[in-house]
Amino acid sequence: MQEHDMSWVRTEMALAQAAPRSQVGFGAWVRKNLFSTPFDAALSLLAILALAWSVPHILNWLFLDAVWTGADRTACLTTEQGGQLPAGWSGACWPFVSGRFGQFMFGRYPLEERWRVVLTGILFIALLAPLLIPKVPYKGLNAILFFGVFPFVAFFLLVGGVFGLRYVETPLWGGLMVTLVISYVGIVVSLPLGILLAMGRRSKMPIVKLLSVIFIEAVRGVPLVTVLFMASFMLPLFVPPGMTFDKLLRALIGVALFASAYMAEVVRGGLQAIPKGQYEGADSLGLGYWQKMGFIIMPQALKLVIPGIVNTFIGMFKDTTLVLIISMFDLLGVVKQNISGDPTWATPQTAKTGYVFAAAIFWVFCFGMSRYSQYMERRLDTGHKR
Amino acid sequence: MIYDPRVRGIVFQIVLVALLVAGIWWVVDNTIENLRRSNITTGFAFLRGRAGFDISDRLIEYSSDSSYGRALIVGVLNTAAVAAAGIVTATILGFLVGVGRLSNNWLIRKLATAYVELFRNIPPLLVILFWYQGVLALLPSVRDSVSLPLGSYLNNRGFYFPRFVWEQGAWLILAGLVTAVALSWYVARRARMRQMATGKQFPVLLTSIALIVGLPLLGFLISGLPVSIDFPQKGTFNLTGGMNVKPEFLSLYLALSFYTAAFIAEIVRAGIMGVPRGQTEAYSALGLRSNLGLRLVVIPQAMRIIIPPLTSQYLNLTKNSSLAVAIGYPDLYAIGGTILNQTGQAIEVVVIFMVVYLSISIITSILMNWFNTKMALKER
Repeated sequence: MQEHDMSWVRTEMALAQAAPRSQVGFGAWVRKNLFSTPFDAALSLLAILALAWSVPHILNWLFLDAVWTGADRTACLTTEQGGQLPAGWSGACWPFVSGRFGQFMFGRYPLEERWRVVLTGILFIALLAPLLIPKVPYKGLNAILFFGVFPFVAFFLLVGGVFGLRYVETPLWGGLMVTLVISYVGIVVSLPLGILLAMGRRSKMPIVKLLSVIFIEAVRGVPLVTVLFMASFMLPLFVPPGMTFDKLLRALIGVALFASAYMAEVVRGGLQAIPKGQYEGADSLGLGYWQKMGFIIMPQALKLVIPGIVNTFIGMFKDTTLVLIISMFDLLGVVKQNISGDPTWATPQTAKTGYVFAAAIFWVFCFGMSRYSQYMERRLDTGHKR
Repeated sequence: MIYDPRVRGIVFQIVLVALLVAGIWWVVDNTIENLRRSNITTGFAFLRGRAGFDISDRLIEYSSDSSYGRALIVGVLNTAAVAAAGIVTATILGFLVGVGRLSNNWLIRKLATAYVELFRNIPPLLVILFWYQGVLALLPSVRDSVSLPLGSYLNNRGFYFPRFVWEQGAWLILAGLVTAVALSWYVARRARMRQMATGKQFPVLLTSIALIVGLPLLGFLISGLPVSIDFPQKGTFNLTGGMNVKPEFLSLYLALSFYTAAFIAEIVRAGIMGVPRGQTEAYSALGLRSNLGLRLVVIPQAMRIIIPPLTSQYLNLTKNSSLAVAIGYPDLYAIGGTILNQTGQAIEVVVIFMVVYLSISIITSILMNWFNTKMALKER
C-alpha cells in the first residue's frame, strides 16, 4: 500500500476564534438597536433627551419632592400660598390620598358598616381567584357560586335590611365599591344578553332578527352618556306614577344594556367565523337549535372572541366612570368631588395627585384584565390558527 | 305539528310581537299619564322659545336671546369641531406611535409600547379631568401669561394665538387655493393615465406643491397684500385680539386625541403586520428601495386591514366627545341637558340626541365605506 504524504491535512483542530467585536456585547447591541442608521441615531438621541428631561421631573414629583404626611392643605402649600414649602415647589400631595382613602374606597358608606363591604370584597376575591387559575378543580361549582349565589349574598350584605343588618341606601355608596358593583353587574348581565342578541341577529326568524338589529344599532350609535341619561331621566317617565327606581339601579340598567349591544357584535363576529360544516354537522347529529348552539357552536365561537369579550369588559370598566355625569360617585366621581368640593385639601397639587392615584387604580385593573386575556388566549389556542 | 320548527318560529314571533306591543303600549300610556301630571306639553314647539342662557364657546352668532333651536345648533357645531380636530390629531399621533411600535429602534419601540399601554388602560374621562383640573387650571393667570413663539400666549383662560384678518380682495387668495387644488387633482389624473399608457412618470407631488403654494401667493400679491395679522395684546385683565382656544376645548381635544391615538396605533400595527412578509421580500427582489416599496406595496395593502376598525375608532371619538359635559364644554350633550333642565322636554331632547348622534354615525360609516371600497382589493 502506497504511503501518502498527508502533510497538507491539519492534524489538530484550529482554535475557535472569538466572535468579531462588532457583533457581541453591549456596544454592538447599542449600535444595532439604537444607532443602525443616521435617522435611527437622531431618533434615539431625541428620545434619550426627552427621557432625560421628563423622567427626573416625574420621579421627583411622584416621590422625592412629594409630601407624605400632613393633616390638611397647609402641608402641601408653598410659603407664598400660606404654607411651609419653598416657593416654586411642585410635588404630589399624598396625605390627601391617605386622608381620604376610606372615601375613595367606600364613598359615604357608614363607617361602622364598612366591614360588610370588606367582607363582600373578600368573598369576591375568594371566589374569583380559583376561577381564574386553571389548575384549581371544581370549576363548575365555583362558577355557580360566583355567578349564581354570590350576587344574592352581596346584595343582602351591601344593601342590608335583613338578618339584623342595617339598611344602607345606595346614595351613600361610592368609590371603588360602586365602580366594581357596576362592572360586575354589567359583565354578568351583558354576556348572556349579548349572546342572545347575537343569536337573534343571526336568526332565521325575520321579526326576531329585525328587533335585534334595531336594538344593537340604536344603542351602539349613541354615546353611553346618552344611554345613561335616558335611563336616569326617561325610565321614571315610563313606569306608573308612584313607582320609583333606585338611582344606582337605573345606572346599572343603562350600563348593562349598553354593554350587551357591544357584546352582541363581538359574539356575532365569533359566530360568523364558525364554518358552515359545524352547523350542518350538528344538524346531522339530530341536535335541536339550543343543543346545537350550546354544545357545538358557542364553545368554539366564544373561544375565538375571548380577546373581544375582554376588550368589551375593559371598555365597560372604564365606562363606569361616566356615571359621574348623572351625579353618582364611583371612584373617579369621589375623587373629583373631593378635589373640587372640599376646602380641607384645596391646593394646586391636589387635583393632579388625586387623578394620578385614580389613574393608577384603573390602570392596574385594566392592564391585569388584558394580560389575563392574553394568557387565556394562549392556553385555549388549539393550534387552528395559521 | 308542534315539533315543526317553522310553526314554532311563527308562534314564537307572534308571542314576541304581542309582548312587545303590550310593553310599548304600557310605557306610552304611563308616559302620557306622567306628562299630563307634570303639565308638560309634548312636541318640538319649544325649540322656538327664548333660550336665556349664554354659551361661552361658539362658532356662530348666538346670544341668550336666541332660540333653543339655535342653541342646539351651536352644540352640534361644537361637537363637530372637537371631533374633527381630535380625529386629525389622533390619526397622525396614532400612525406615528403605531409605526414606532414596529421600529427597529429599541428605545422608540419601548416608548411607543409604554404610550399605548398607558393610555389604553385609563378611562378617557379621567384624562379629560386630569388635563382640565390638574394641568390647564394651574397655568398662570392672564397677567403672567406664558409667552410662546409667534406671538401666542398660554394662560389659565386658554391658548391665544395670532389671527389672520382678511381684507378687501382676499377672495383672490381663496380662489387661487381652490383652483390649485382642482388643477393638482387634474394633473394627478392625467399623470396616472399617461403612466398607464406610456410608462413615463411625471413629478406629480412637486407640481402639486408648487401649484398649491404658488397660486394663492400669486393671488396675495396681485390683490395688493390684503392680509394683516392680528396679534393678541396683553392688557392688565385680559388679552385682547387674536384667537382664543378655551381650556375646556383644549383639555377635551388633548384627552380625546391621546386616548384614541393609543387605539389607532394598535390598529396600524396590526395592519402593517397583517401584510405578509413575502410582500416585503418581493419588492426588494424587484429592486424597489425600501421607502418606495413601503409606499407602493406595503401601505396600500395595510390600509385595507386598517380602514374598517379605524372607522369605528373615529365614531368612538365622536361619541366620547359627549364627555365634554363633565368640564362644561358646551357640546350638543351639555346644551341639550341645560335645555332639558329648563323645559323638562325629556323625550324630545333624547330624540334629538339620538337623531344627531345616529346621523353622525351613519354619515361617517358611509364615507368610510366609500373609502374602503375604493381601497379594497379589486379582483379582476
